Amino acid sequence: MNLSELLLSPFAYPFMFRALLAALIVSTVCAVIGSYVVLRGMAFFGDALAHTLLPGVALGYLLSGANREALFWWALGTSILASLGIGALTYSARLREDTAIGIVFAGMFALGIALISTVRSYAVDLSHFLFGDVLGVSEAALWRMAIFGGVVLLLVFLLYKEFLVISFDPVLAATLRLPTRHLENLFLILIAISVVVALQTVGVALMVAMLITPATTAYLLTHRLPAMMGLATIFAIFSSLIGLYLSYYLGIASGAAIVLVSTLLFAIVFLLRRNER
Amino acid sequence: MPSYPVHQLDQPILDVRHLTVRYGESIALEDITFHLHAGERIAVVGPNGAGKSTLFKVIAGVIRPTAGEVRIYGSHPSHHVCIGYVPQRSQVEWRFPVTVEDVVMMGRVARIGLLRRPGREDRQRVRQALETVGLAEMADRPIQALSGGQQQRMFIARALAQEAELLLMDEPLNGLDIPSQEGILALLDTLREQGVTLMVATHDLDQAARFFDRVMLLNRRLIGFGAPSDVFSQERLQRAYGGRLKIVQSENEQIALGDTCCQEPSFYEPF
Repeated sequence: MNLSELLLSPFAYPFMFRALLAALIVSTVCAVIGSYVVLRGMAFFGDALAHTLLPGVALGYLLSGANREALFWWALGTSILASLGIGALTYSARLREDTAIGIVFAGMFALGIALISTVRSYAVDLSHFLFGDVLGVSEAALWRMAIFGGVVLLLVFLLYKEFLVISFDPVLAATLRLPTRHLENLFLILIAISVVVALQTVGVALMVAMLITPATTAYLLTHRLPAMMGLATIFAIFSSLIGLYLSYYLGIASGAAIVLVSTLLFAIVFLLRRNER
Repeated sequence: MPSYPVHQLDQPILDVRHLTVRYGESIALEDITFHLHAGERIAVVGPNGAGKSTLFKVIAGVIRPTAGEVRIYGSHPSHHVCIGYVPQRSQVEWRFPVTVEDVVMMGRVARIGLLRRPGREDRQRVRQALETVGLAEMADRPIQALSGGQQQRMFIARALAQEAELLLMDEPLNGLDIPSQEGILALLDTLREQGVTLMVATHDLDQAARFFDRVMLLNRRLIGFGAPSDVFSQERLQRAYGGRLKIVQSENEQIALGDTCCQEPSFYEPF
C-alpha cells in the first residue's frame, strides 16, 4: 500500500468522509471560541457545561427515544439554559464562581445518570453522548453542525471587537457603555452551542479538551488573538485528521484518539517553548 | 454612529451629590458631595480601603450608587463615553495576546459602533495618541513586553483615543521607578494642556501636594477637599489615617509618614 492510498482509502467509506467533515467543523468552531475560553479562564465552565447536558439528553431519550435529531434539540436547549444559569449564579457573588459551577454541574450530571439508569439498555444507547461517536454522524447531523457552527463563527467575527473588550477589560466595556451583560450572555450561549456541535465528535467527557487544548497550544506561540485563533484551528484540524487515521488503522476510539493527538501537540510545543526561555 | 448626551458646558464636568455606596453590610462610601470644573487636576488620597477605587467606579458608571447621584455635564453618566478609566496595573491580565495598538484601539470601540470595523479616523486617532504618550514605536509589540511606565502610558493613550474628557487614574504611579513617575507626571501636564480633567488616586501625599491643584482626602467620608495646604492639616490627616500615619512635628515643619502598607513610606515636606 503506498502513501496516498494509506491516506485516502479510509475516506472512501461515506461514514469516514462524514466523520472527517464533522471533525473539521468541530475543530474550527471549538478552536475559535476556545481561544476566548482559555483567555478568560473558563476551562472549568466549559467542562461543567458539557456535563450538565446529560440530564437534558436523558430526558429527551426517555420522552422521544433514540431519535438523534430530537436529542440534538434537547441537548441544545439544556446547554443554553445551563450556560445562562451558571452565568447568573456567577453574577450573584455569594459563592465563589468555581464552587457554584462545581455544585451545579455535579448535581446535574448525577440527575442525568439517575434518569438514564432507569432504562435498561442505557449503556449502549447513550455511551456516544459520553464518549462521542464521530463515525456515526448522519448527513442530517452534519448539516445541523455546519449551520450552528457557522452561526457561532459568524457572531464571533461580527462582534470581534466587542468580545475582545469585555474579555480584556470589563471596566472599559462599562465606561464605553457597551451592553456588557447582553454580550456576556451571548458569549455564554455561543459556548453552549459550540459544546452541542462538538458533542457527537468527542462526547461530554472529553469536550473540554476540544475547547482548550488547541487554543492553549496556539497561545504559547503567538501574541495576537486572531493569530491564536488561526493557529488553534490548524492544530485542531491536524489533531482531528491524525486522530481519525489512528482510529481507523489502530481501532482506537475516535474521540479519544483526536484528544490524544491534540495533547501530544501541546506537550511538544510546551517543551520546545520552555527550552527556548 | 451612536448618539451621546449633549454636554451642558455651563454645568460642572462632574457633580457628585450625597453619594453612598454599600456592599451588603459594609459601607464603602458615605454621603460624598463635591464637584469638579473642566480642566482641573485633582489628587484623591486616603488609606487603603478608603473607597478611592469605588468612587472612581461609581463616577465611571461601572458601579451603581446605593444613594445619591453622579452627573456629568448636567446629565446622568449612563450614556457618556467621555469618561476614561486607567486601571491599576495589577488589575490587568498582561499575558493577554494583544498588541499596544490593539489596546489603544479598544478606546475607539464605542465610537466605531456595533458591527463596524475601525476606519481611517480611528486609526489616525490611535496613531496620534501613541505619539502623544511616546509609544509610537511600540505599537506592534505585545503588551507583556512593556515596562511599568510604558503600561501606564498605553492606558493614557487609550483614554486619548477614547476622546476622554474626564480621566480617572487609579494609583498610576504605584510601583514605578522615579524616572517613570516623572515621565507620567509630565504627561499629565500634556493632558491638562489638551483640556482633560484629571482625578488621580495616589498613596503619595507629597506628590499630591506638589502636582495637583486640589486634593481630596477620603476615608469612606469626604474628610477634606481643597488646596493641599488647607486639606493636609494634622487634624484632618489624623482623621483620615488614624494610627496608620505618623506625624512628626519638628521646629517649623511637619513630617508625615504615609500609608506604609503598599510602598516605601513617603516623606511629606513642609508647606
